[in-house]
Amino acid sequence: MIELIIFYVFAAVLIFAATMVITARNPVHSALFLVLAFFNSGVLWLLAQAEFLGIAVVLVYVGAVMVLFLFVVMMLDINVAPLREGFARYLPVGVLVGAAMLLEMLLVLGSGELSAVGLAGGASEALGGVGTAQSNTALIGNVLYTIYVYPFEVAAVVLMLAIIAAIMLTLRRRSGTKHQDIAKQVHTRKAERLRVVRMNPEKRD
Amino acid sequence: MAEILELVWILAKIVVLLVPLLIAVAYMTYAERKVIGWIQLRRGPNRVGAYGLLQPFADALKLMLKEIVLPLNANRGLFVIAPMLSIMPALAAWAVLPVGQGLVIADVNAGLLYVLAMASLGVYGVIVAGWASNSKYALLGALRAGAQVVSYEIAMGFALVGVLMASGSLNISEIVEAQAGPIWNWFWLPLLPLFIVYWISGVAETNRLPFDVAEGESEIVAGFHVEYSGMAFAVFFLAEYANMILISGLAAIMFLGGWYSPFHGLPVLGPIFDLVPGMIWFCLKVAFFLFCYIWFRGTFPRYRYDQIMRLGWKVLIPVTVVWLVVESVFILTGFGPWF
Repeated sequence: MIELIIFYVFAAVLIFAATMVITARNPVHSALFLVLAFFNSGVLWLLAQAEFLGIAVVLVYVGAVMVLFLFVVMMLDINVAPLREGFARYLPVGVLVGAAMLLEMLLVLGSGELSAVGLAGGASEALGGVGTAQSNTALIGNVLYTIYVYPFEVAAVVLMLAIIAAIMLTLRRRSGTKHQDIAKQVHTRKAERLRVVRMNPEKRD
Repeated sequence: MAEILELVWILAKIVVLLVPLLIAVAYMTYAERKVIGWIQLRRGPNRVGAYGLLQPFADALKLMLKEIVLPLNANRGLFVIAPMLSIMPALAAWAVLPVGQGLVIADVNAGLLYVLAMASLGVYGVIVAGWASNSKYALLGALRAGAQVVSYEIAMGFALVGVLMASGSLNISEIVEAQAGPIWNWFWLPLLPLFIVYWISGVAETNRLPFDVAEGESEIVAGFHVEYSGMAFAVFFLAEYANMILISGLAAIMFLGGWYSPFHGLPVLGPIFDLVPGMIWFCLKVAFFLFCYIWFRGTFPRYRYDQIMRLGWKVLIPVTVVWLVVESVFILTGFGPWF
């Protein structure tokens, strides 16, 4: 009973937040509503006893990705009016894409193959009947590093590539910047920076 | 009916935990002023009550009676929500922290992840406050705080991955039980580099000196909370101290054996020291870390901003990654009494 109430409250907030993401006038408000939406979906996952996923979405998306996203949105001075100009023109395309995605989700979720229980059951069967008493963090870990180890490693390499590419983009040389040589700063000695001067006392006049 | 009773029971547990916590927060501000006073050869607050012991209450009263000024052109809703956003995660994280054997509100399996998630939410209060104030100092402070917290979260997360590997569990009670034994059995010894990294990043996460560039009163006035006054400011203040206590509590649990006495399991000393309740040992360990916070504040000069970033990304994260590899070797070879 109480779980049901919690579910409906958080689901309602989630839908409200998701609607506000695309309708809010201020981009910063949109981003903050997206944060709220992520947080609520995390709670819904917790309710479905997928505690690892639920907490991971808060940790990764809310705690790190959206912070950086907010950063960018806050620093850019986005003018909303020109963004809204083409709304009517792009509406049919948007509706089409939305309908296609909805259909895909219905097909996948409706087939019953992808229910949470089915997945956990399949994984534990694949591992030779692991008991359900195991926490689902351990369960995911066991599957991820045995059956799905190659896709996992490939995903890791792809992410690594993205990191290297992003860092390479920032490594352009600009002239005229006051760039500091950190190694030189760290290795500096007192003798290089400090000169002790011996002075005879002078009489003030 | 049974469900309602359970809800009431949970609420009662929350109250029993939060009231002492908030009193601890209030006295933390007093302790800070006293210790900083001693470090600087002053007396600190000594007028309100005996030894100034009622000073926190006088401060709270003063702040409550002050007007909350809403700056012109500030974003009203977000301006008001920001202090709440910063104190809620700091208090919510305590749900899974055991203060003694079995003394925990929710003994959940993914406790460590939950704490990390809550710790990472705290930065929103700062960012939202900085943006909603519509002031350049506040925005600069918020941006600095955001970048700093996101960077140090990685080092902190990696340090806690080490704890997770050593204990083989994400459940915080089980992590403490994995350290059962005298002081050299606790994780601070085999995970010493991770412990140091955790502690440095913990100080940075809470935006305390020497990493308090988010406030940086000599450069950007007071940073993200420059426009806040009265109780709204007090809530930020409370959140900062609640976060400090949280980080210290985590350090005590992850690396210093939580509720165990330093002589637990030794022949003669063990039983004698076990007479002291586990909660007292936990509080003593937390108090040690809190003292360190104040000690750092009284001792170190503020870091330059680019140096903070360099320390986080180029020193702390590589150290944790290397030590995780070393630790896996320890685990594979069953090194010492720990693995």
